[in-house]
Amino acid sequence: MDRLAPQAIIDSFAAKLGDGFVEGSIYEREVAVKKNKFRSLWIEVRKAAFRNAVEHVCHLQKYPHLAIISTSDLGEEVELIYHFTLYYGEHLQELSLGLRVKLPKTDLRVPTITDLIPGAIFTEREIQEMMGVEVAGIPDGRRLFIDEDVPEGVYPWRKDETGPDKLLRVLPGRKPRGEDKKG
Amino acid sequence: MAAGETQKTTYTIPVGPIHPALKEPIQLMLEIEGERVVDTDILVGQVHRSIEWLGMNRNNPVQTLYLAERICGICNICHPFCLAIGVEQAASMIVPERAEYIRVIAAEMERIHSHILWAGVAAHEIGFDTVFYLTWRVREEIMDLIEYVFGNRITKAVLQFGGVRRDITAEQLPRIRQSLDYYRSIFEHLRRIFLEDKTVRMRTRNVGVLTTEDALKLLAVGPTGRASGVPKDVRQDQPYSAYADLNVKAITPDLVTGTVVGDVYDRIIVRLLEIKQSVEIIEECIDRMPSGPIMSETKMPRLLRMLTDAAGEGIGRVEAPRGEDIHYVRLEAGSETLATWKVRAPTYVNLLAVPAILKDMQIADVPIAFASIDPCQSCTNRVVVTDRATGRRSVLGYEDLHRLSVEKTREMLR
Repeated sequence: MDRLAPQAIIDSFAAKLGDGFVEGSIYEREVAVKKNKFRSLWIEVRKAAFRNAVEHVCHLQKYPHLAIISTSDLGEEVELIYHFTLYYGEHLQELSLGLRVKLPKTDLRVPTITDLIPGAIFTEREIQEMMGVEVAGIPDGRRLFIDEDVPEGVYPWRKDETGPDKLLRVLPGRKPRGEDKKG
Repeated sequence: MAAGETQKTTYTIPVGPIHPALKEPIQLMLEIEGERVVDTDILVGQVHRSIEWLGMNRNNPVQTLYLAERICGICNICHPFCLAIGVEQAASMIVPERAEYIRVIAAEMERIHSHILWAGVAAHEIGFDTVFYLTWRVREEIMDLIEYVFGNRITKAVLQFGGVRRDITAEQLPRIRQSLDYYRSIFEHLRRIFLEDKTVRMRTRNVGVLTTEDALKLLAVGPTGRASGVPKDVRQDQPYSAYADLNVKAITPDLVTGTVVGDVYDRIIVRLLEIKQSVEIIEECIDRMPSGPIMSETKMPRLLRMLTDAAGEGIGRVEAPRGEDIHYVRLEAGSETLATWKVRAPTYVNLLAVPAILKDMQIADVPIAFASIDPCQSCTNRVVVTDRATGRRSVLGYEDLHRLSVEKTREMLR
């Protein structure tokens, strides 16, 4: 498929996903002396349309590069951003594409994409153990980084009660976290 | 089992978590059949230091910048570089043009030393220690230069949000050019050793092959991906910093041999040519470097205040010596720490390609084939061989594994 311009990519997502498309934006930043542009795209989709959106990314380029899935705890919901890069191989032509999907904490499930992108397995295992997001259909659901003796139900990247705070040791002479600030 | 029937058995060999071929701990579970590797399982996490958690919960962003420098001792420019780009996007900070060039010079010096270090490790893995000593002696020149320019061999603390902390002065330029000339003069020598030597070629040609399709599917980055014929290089594709002014081309092995095999030999070609490319990039940067300030905000309290008030998100991408490094940063107004910080180092994805690289290799080829992706994890001191059929365990020290590799080289030379 031909390379699309950033706006055309956002339009193609909107056309493909219909109601599932929430918003899309283009970020541009001029760098160094020649003021060439560093461009990235941010697209947000609804949870129901997420799988279609990833299929659409695979349609834009045969083997899209999935860099990482980043997760943020936003309080009531967890935000996942799938960081793709598209159109490698030529000077200044590549785009970063952040595909954003928000999950309510009551239903932290997301379908696996390892059938489309086999290399996604490590990062899917990582969000399972670090954020407590269940990846439905993951072919290998073992822990990746965290040791087996860390109890179930503790997710280091969470900022709520399932965070790792209760596992932290308070060293002699130190105050527990939150009480060590002045005033 | 009836008499006369044989049962096919495979053995599992754990390599690691500690092994001198690696720089940090990782465990490889090799499923072997006779001498042949059938499958590999990778167990990581032995050195998980919760760095992202510290960045999100304990440190202020400036402290995190120097913590990022300590993610890896070898890539101690590319991680803070990547974080700085992300935070500068999130907080809409300006970076002076001169600082962009100094950052690129620092990053390219790091690439030279990292690639030469890898070449030495690779020579050691195949039992060619003379070359190992030679390459590491050659590496000292760039380490001395880094110390001369930035004040320290590693963890140089040269970056700051919105610029760099050290300038390169006119008096330093002759010394820099002297080192670059040195590398240019010895390049031909290194090329002859690594690309024309019979022993190196025998041990690396058609060893650890990663096909182009596997490289794309398994998301291989950096020299590992480029050696498999994927012309993917952030400096070319989505240039950041001063790379946007330069015309960097991704190096693939067909530039030298005309074909892409995707084996260890091809990875040597790519890294070797990248040393030359880095020398050229540094020279170009020195020639083009504009004058002006090197930092957009010099007062620390004001910088911290600004980062606390800022809200936004940014993504930093840097071509580290081992491949693409990517940091995602989200800042929340009023938060003294980074709200979200996700680090993806190149080895994270290159490890996915390891089962494909090691498949059908002999055990004696495992050290060089695994080392060829230049894994940034760490070092296999002992290997436990478990015989699944009998449950017997025997322990192979690293020396034994290394001996197997050296013996193979000797045998081939006969």
